[in-house]
Parts: sequence; structure tokens; C-alpha cells
Amino acid sequence: MIEARALVKVFQDKKRGAVRAVDGVSFRCEPGRIYGLLGANGAGKTTTLRMLATLLAPTGGGATVAGYDVVKNPEEARANLGFLSTATALYGRLTAREFVEYFGRLHGLPEDLLAARREQLFTRLEMNEFRDRRCEKLSTGMKQKTSIARVLIHDPQVMIFDEPTTGLDVMTARAIVQFIRECKERGKTVIFSTHVMTEVEKLCDRVGIIHGGKLLAEGTIGELNAKTGMTDLEDSFVYVVTQAGGRVA
Amino acid sequence: MSLRNIGIVYRKELTDALRDRRTLISTIVVPILLIPAMTVGLGGLIVSIAKKAEKDIPPVMILGGEDSPRTMAALAKLPAVQLVPPSNDYATQISNKKLRAAVRLPAGFDAALDAGEPARVEIYIYESDLNSEIAAGKIQAFFQDLRQRTVEKRLADRNISMSVLRPFEVAKKNVAAPEKVSGAAAGAMLPYLVILMCLTGAMYPAIDLTAGEKERGTMETILTSRISRTHLVLGKFLLVLTTSLATAFLTVTSLWFSSRMAAKMFTEQLSKASVGQLHLAIRAQDLVVVFLLILPVAVLFSAALLTIALFAKSYKEAQSYISPLMIVVIVPAVASLIPGVELNLKLALVPILATSLVSKEIFTGTYHWNYIAIIFGSACLYAAIALALAVRMFQREDVLFRA
Repeated sequence: MIEARALVKVFQDKKRGAVRAVDGVSFRCEPGRIYGLLGANGAGKTTTLRMLATLLAPTGGGATVAGYDVVKNPEEARANLGFLSTATALYGRLTAREFVEYFGRLHGLPEDLLAARREQLFTRLEMNEFRDRRCEKLSTGMKQKTSIARVLIHDPQVMIFDEPTTGLDVMTARAIVQFIRECKERGKTVIFSTHVMTEVEKLCDRVGIIHGGKLLAEGTIGELNAKTGMTDLEDSFVYVVTQAGGRVA
Repeated sequence: MSLRNIGIVYRKELTDALRDRRTLISTIVVPILLIPAMTVGLGGLIVSIAKKAEKDIPPVMILGGEDSPRTMAALAKLPAVQLVPPSNDYATQISNKKLRAAVRLPAGFDAALDAGEPARVEIYIYESDLNSEIAAGKIQAFFQDLRQRTVEKRLADRNISMSVLRPFEVAKKNVAAPEKVSGAAAGAMLPYLVILMCLTGAMYPAIDLTAGEKERGTMETILTSRISRTHLVLGKFLLVLTTSLATAFLTVTSLWFSSRMAAKMFTEQLSKASVGQLHLAIRAQDLVVVFLLILPVAVLFSAALLTIALFAKSYKEAQSYISPLMIVVIVPAVASLIPGVELNLKLALVPILATSLVSKEIFTGTYHWNYIAIIFGSACLYAAIALALAVRMFQREDVLFRA
């Protein structure tokens, strides 16, 4: 399970002074469910997810990942977390196998378990053909598969996907969406941030609309549409944001 | 503290570095190929300069002397100089380097010598021009010899012994081993070179493992793994330290082999002393002690470079931060080469300069154990501060995720 409780993040900017990038965001997601965080660029999605992944320390509020407090027990929280975004790149000079093994070892897996998990994942993700090829030589699709193997090697309970399909071609994006669905089927807790409405409609059990660092609305897609009086999610999203005085480009 | 985790990061970074062309060039190729090329090139240069100096007979002009045929005849027989006809524009010719020196003999010079009267010979030179100084030296030697013979003759004519002028002799005796004397110049340069190579060896990996990772997007990937940031930075630091020490070690080894090779290659063409200057005479035990002293300096460089490069968002930005550091390091290292800069308690606390100075002394066989202890201790302290700073910097999200 993952839970955010009134998360706040304030950055100090030389020109703008104190900037509240995330302002009191609360939500929770149970195992076997997908929670979609929907927002425009700069809405505060990535900052929220980075706090959940313990990359950034919250200025206020708190969060737990699989029962571990992200501030008090960051290493345990990360041990139960798989974090994937377009910003999490691969080590180009390592092979796909070395890359996945490196992260398995960092997560403390014993060598025999690591080898078993690796073989299982490489077969499932059809990676055997390029397992000994350097990551810098891989195609975009192969790189995404390697990243997926990296986040799954320690079999985490919680998965966070921060705009995982941005910049990917249709086929690779579909494969990622399919993978997220599989995570849900395997009982994982999934947080998924995007600004692509169709992906949210396909995947998410609940959706939170974030804008200006605040969580403006939350619920199932049906609940959101009912609240706004709209018929589809995109219209509901635009309605919620504009009602809050925001502008959707 | 998990040594296992530090070891995992170190092994990965080592694998990565050994596959990186830029790291291999700065750590292995430069010391192994560039140093021998430079040493052999230097040997060739010395040979060509020595040969040219042997062949070069400087043109010298005699002004006056028409009434002193004896001295003029003796000067004409001098094999080391070539006499040219007198001319009034001798000063211009010396300035234009067509003439190396001119000598003015006073009127009635021979007669003055015979009569025991005082006389003054003037030598015109272009000061600071080496060839002019050499030519003047040859002429000066001739006249000193003439003066000596004149004095001997005058004393003999008066039945006075030469010992009146030289009541006692003063002689300098060398106690240093010949290879120590001949290798002193190379020995003085060596600590400077080792310190510089420690810095250059650490520079590229330090940037690659920090700003490079940020730029490539792998920093965020690694920070999402379970490893603590302290273990991560220590693993990275050990790799940077490895490349730093490897570069310095390979440089010294390469220099040692290539100096021997150059000395063998040019034995026939050069005098024994010149060959000795090429030959890097260092004892293995001196080298071990110097490397132990260099170790905290390498730690200081590795940690400082990691800290500085981590601030940068990109490789280029990191390079612009680190370039001025080269000057900060080179200045104290070069200062140790200045004659007269001697080790004292204050200088022993100046990082880099102190290590450079004490290493120079060690290579000439002098061990000041008190200073060695102070320098090693203070260098360890500076290194520990730099490493603590690097660890602290890796905890700062405003540095790691600088937008």
C-alpha cells in the first residue's frame, strides 16, 4: 500500500523565493489497484512521486510505502518500491544483464535468487536475444524492457510510474501500458502519473487531478465525471483545472 | 557501514570505467605512450643542442691591439672562437646576433704587460643571450690564463714563490653518489609530475560519475535503488581514487623505463653527465614512501573533484568549475621547484606544496621524519574533510536535483 498525507514540498528559488511545488497532497492506493495522478506539466506530479520514492524529502506532511515511512525509513521504503520514469536512464556501458544484476545486488538479493529472478524476467520480457548487448546499443523498446526488468528484479510491492510513456512510439507505449496492467493483476500497488487521458481511462481505478501543487479532485473516472457534469475524463480535467483558476494549454 | 554495498558500486564503476575510452586514454594511454615520447623527445633535443654547441664557433671581434702583436697572435690561435675584422658597428652586430662578443685591447697592451703597468681589457656582450655569454666566457678564460702566466713570470723574475699568492687551497669534495647528483633535476620534477597526474587521473572519472550521471539521467535511476547515498558516494570515490593513483603510478613507471631507454639510446652521442640527467635515479624505497605521502593528496583530489563536479548539471559545466582548480594545484606544486623554497613548520601545513617539497627531499635521500609525520597527518586531515564534504554533498537534494 502507499499513502500520502498532506504532502508539502517547498523549493527555494533565487528569483521567485519560496515556491510551493506540492501543497498538501493526500491520497492512498491499495494493493491490486492503480491510482492515476493526472496533471499538466509543472502541476507537481513528479515532485509528489519523487517524495514517495524518497528522492526528495517532504517539507511537510508524510507518506508511507508498503508501511515504511519515507522520511524515517527511506532505505526500507525503496526496497519495496519500483520507480520508473523517462528520466531514469540506463548505464550505457553496461550490458542489459549487468545492469539488471547491479540493481538486484544493490537491493541485497543473494546471488542464487538474483540469477533465478533474472532468468525468469528475461524470459517473460523476451530479453534473452539482447541480454549481453550494451545498453547504449539497444533500441528504445529494448531499453524500456531493460528498465522494467530493473524495477522488477527485487519484486517490489509498490510500483511508481512517472510519465513512463512520454516520448515513446505507439508500440513501446502499448507494451508499457500492458506491463502496468500486469502489475495490477499481480497484486501490486501502482501509482501512475501522466497527462495522457486515454492511458488513465484504460488503466486507473482512481484518479487524482493535480494542479498548482494541489490535489483538486479525486475519485473514480465515473465519480469525477459525475461531479463535473462532463461525459469524458478530458472535459472533467479541464473543468476542474479552470474552476481552480488554472489554464490548460 | 556496508562494505558489501560500497564494493558493489565500486565494481560496477570499475567495469564502466574500463569500457570508457576517455577514462582509458587519461589513465592508461597518456602515461604509457606520452611519457616515453616526451622523454625520448627530450633526449633527442639535448643531443641536438649538445651537437650544435660543439659545432658552433662564435664570431668575435678584436678592437685595437694593432700595437700588441703577441696577444693578437695568441688570440688568433684560439680554436674556440672565430675572429672577424674590426668594425665600428660592433654593438649593432652584437645586438643583431651576427657577432657574439667584441674585445677592446687598450693601446700598448703588450708593452704594458712587459713593463708591469696596469691595463684594462673590455669585453662587449649581449647580456641574457646565452651564445653571447658563452663567447665572452671563452675570451675571458683566455685573458685569465694570460693574467695567470703574466703573474707567474713577474714573480719568477723577482724570485718570489707562487705560494705567496696562494697560501692555501680550497677544494670542494662531493659525497653524494654520482647517480644522485645526475638524477637530482629529474628527482625534483618527479613529485610535481606525480601530484599533477593524480589530479588529471581523477578529473575525468569524477566528472563522469557525478555531472555525467546527472546529464545522462542515471543519477535518478541509482538513487531509487535501496543503496544509501553514503555508500554510493564512497563506492564512486574509491573508483576516482583508483584512477588517480593508477595514473600517477603508471606515469612514474613509464618515466622510469623511458628514462632508461633514452639514456641507452643517447649514450654514444652525449657526455656522461648529460646521459645522467636523462637517467631517472630513484630508489624503490623512496618511491614507496613518496606514494604513501601522495595517498592522502590523491584522496583530497578525488573527494574535492567529486564534490565540485556534483554541483554541475552537465559535463561541460563541471569542466568549467574544475579548470581553475588546476591552477590552484599547479601553483603550490611549481612553488616547490623554486630554488631556496625549503621545508619549514608553516610550509609543512600547506597542502600539496608540503608533499611536493618533502618528496623532493626524499628523492635526494633526505628523510626529515618529523616533517614527514606532520605532512602526512595534515594531508590526512584535509583529505578526511574533503571526503566528509563529498558525503554531505550527496545528501543534498538541491545539489543532486539542481534544476
